[in-house]
Amino acid sequence: MKWQTACFAALALLGLGGPLQAQPVKIGMVTTLSTPGGYLGDDIRKGFELAIRHGGGKLGGVEVELLVEDDGLNPGAARQTVTRMIQRDGVRILTGVVFSNVAMATVPQALREGVFYISPNAGPAQLAGKGCHPNYFNVAYQNDNFDEAMGQYVSDQGYDNVFLLAPNYPAGRDHLAGFKRFYRGKVAAEVYTQLGQTDFAAEIAQIRAAKPGAVFFFLPGGMGINFTKQYAQAGLAESIPLFGPTFSFDNTLVNAVGDAALGVFNTAQWSADLDNPANRRFVADYIEAYGRLPTLYAAQGYDAAQLIGSALQATGGDLSDPTAFRAALREARFESVRGKFRFGANQHPIQDVYVRKVVRGEDGKLANVIVAKVFEDHVDAYAAECKLD
Amino acid sequence: MQLFLEQVLNGLQFGMTLLLMASGLTLVFGIMSLINLAHGSLFMVGAYVGATIVARSDSFLLGALGGMAAAAVAGMLIELLVMRRLYRHDHLDQVLATFGLILFFNELVRLVWGRQPLGMDLPAWLAGSVEILAGVPYPQFRLAVIAVGLLVIGLLYLLIMRTRLGMRIRAGAADRETIGALGINIRLLYTIVFSLGACLAGLAGVMAAPFLAVESGMGENILILTFVVIVIGGIGSIKGAVVSALLIGVADTLGRAYLPVLARLWLDPASASNLGAALASMLIYLLMAIVLAVRPQGLFGSYHA
Repeated sequence: MKWQTACFAALALLGLGGPLQAQPVKIGMVTTLSTPGGYLGDDIRKGFELAIRHGGGKLGGVEVELLVEDDGLNPGAARQTVTRMIQRDGVRILTGVVFSNVAMATVPQALREGVFYISPNAGPAQLAGKGCHPNYFNVAYQNDNFDEAMGQYVSDQGYDNVFLLAPNYPAGRDHLAGFKRFYRGKVAAEVYTQLGQTDFAAEIAQIRAAKPGAVFFFLPGGMGINFTKQYAQAGLAESIPLFGPTFSFDNTLVNAVGDAALGVFNTAQWSADLDNPANRRFVADYIEAYGRLPTLYAAQGYDAAQLIGSALQATGGDLSDPTAFRAALREARFESVRGKFRFGANQHPIQDVYVRKVVRGEDGKLANVIVAKVFEDHVDAYAAECKLD
Repeated sequence: MQLFLEQVLNGLQFGMTLLLMASGLTLVFGIMSLINLAHGSLFMVGAYVGATIVARSDSFLLGALGGMAAAAVAGMLIELLVMRRLYRHDHLDQVLATFGLILFFNELVRLVWGRQPLGMDLPAWLAGSVEILAGVPYPQFRLAVIAVGLLVIGLLYLLIMRTRLGMRIRAGAADRETIGALGINIRLLYTIVFSLGACLAGLAGVMAAPFLAVESGMGENILILTFVVIVIGGIGSIKGAVVSALLIGVADTLGRAYLPVLARLWLDPASASNLGAALASMLIYLLMAIVLAVRPQGLFGSYHA
């Protein structure tokens, strides 16, 4: 008898126990919980946990165990944590990555180990195009999606002289390139700031002097807050409107910006006021559980959990056949809080993108409301470069 | 021309924020021979407490006083609990210990205030802008920062040059052992100097809070610049800190505004904006390297540290 027990134990350790296993399916979440960007990973985790709670401790009817680790926004440390989770904890499904630089350090590594990776946020071009992989799914967006949508919207609104602003690092350039892909007018100036810059007086004076019709900026996190506040204090917000991807304007961050954020246009694929049953339930339960409006990141964490749940349901929690699990993930048969959702050929979302505007809600707090739908079933620019199969 | 003047003013305002940070740090460094990396954390404490009080009471003055008081108390506690044990150790130990304090404070504010950044709204009497030159409205709050900076320069001058305490501080900067031998309570003097520096860092934090995201780790960005300022100015010299803070503020702002434009004279626009932005972010460090090469003790430094 002993050798049989040992065999079963070994199989279970390898994750090959099949439907017979009593062990819950382990899901590894290596996300950013510390550093100033820590609130992003925190929201992803909260959204993910809410989905598990909705399933009564299960996802897709299968018992799951969520292992959460902080990556400290440090690609090297994140890589070690990911390796440890795969090799020591036997995790077969990974998620959590917030920042693209961390994704580039960890995702290819995890994929080499034969693990499934579901990105709940970062969508670097490399992983959407040439570096796409059958076991990598992005449930959030490709990094350029929001910029492309804004380029389209700003042109549609008749602005033909736009001032561009981004930090001087690769992602900053990528975001401006995404904007210019769909923007048809003239570029008043293209200014690159330092990464982590706190004072934007010099740039704001340049904007005033250039007299553009509008400003498009990509300044993630604290930089965006700083810029928006200083822009409003300089008295420019009334005459030259601000447009940007949503990264500095999710529902909790706008309240850190305060009144200066009022009227800022930002693009996203989700909004708390999207009217569909899944989203109404998500928003209401999130407010009840955590006492504030969910952010985009929380919605993406929730959808990541639902996507994993849909594949667990289809396979009965059996990860021993990667092909079946992959096929089930590709189906994406779940009620996304975005409404409709499906994967393109590169396993990135084909989805609608909206323009939202920051307004003051009835409760006195600032929040985003949808102004227009810019793209219907938008496919990212790198899908054609991806050769799967 | 108007744009240029506006940029100079922006630079002065940025310099004033640096000055508030640097004057405290240079005192601590010069008099106590202590490297305090946690100075940025005191800036953060000032900003957080100030923002919280302003949100509760709607009074900016109350918030400013509260932020300064909180930073001063935090500074006093740091001095009593941590720094006292480090005076006899070498600089590497101090760097390690105060780096630990940075991590401690970053985590502490995360526990107390949460991960979401805070905001601070300006009171109505500071929120608008005034037309300083025809066609150039300038935010009142930035003018207020310049005014506060000038006020602090004046008060520090009076304190250091005209009072008995200031005399002791100067004496301490010149020769620590001798004033100890003369029977002056050097421990108390250290605590006072450290709290004073902390209080100024807290004031800098409160004055920066309305246009910055108040978030964990906000002190680190400004800390690096502050060290550049005190190295250029000369360690321990308040006069050096004032001159070099304003120099760095103006140089950094003008560099960001005009280097990309200058680069465009020789290069195509795309590489010009790349090169310009890269040069602008290097400019103050280049300035520091030049000053160190010509005057290793800094602009106003004396050679004792």
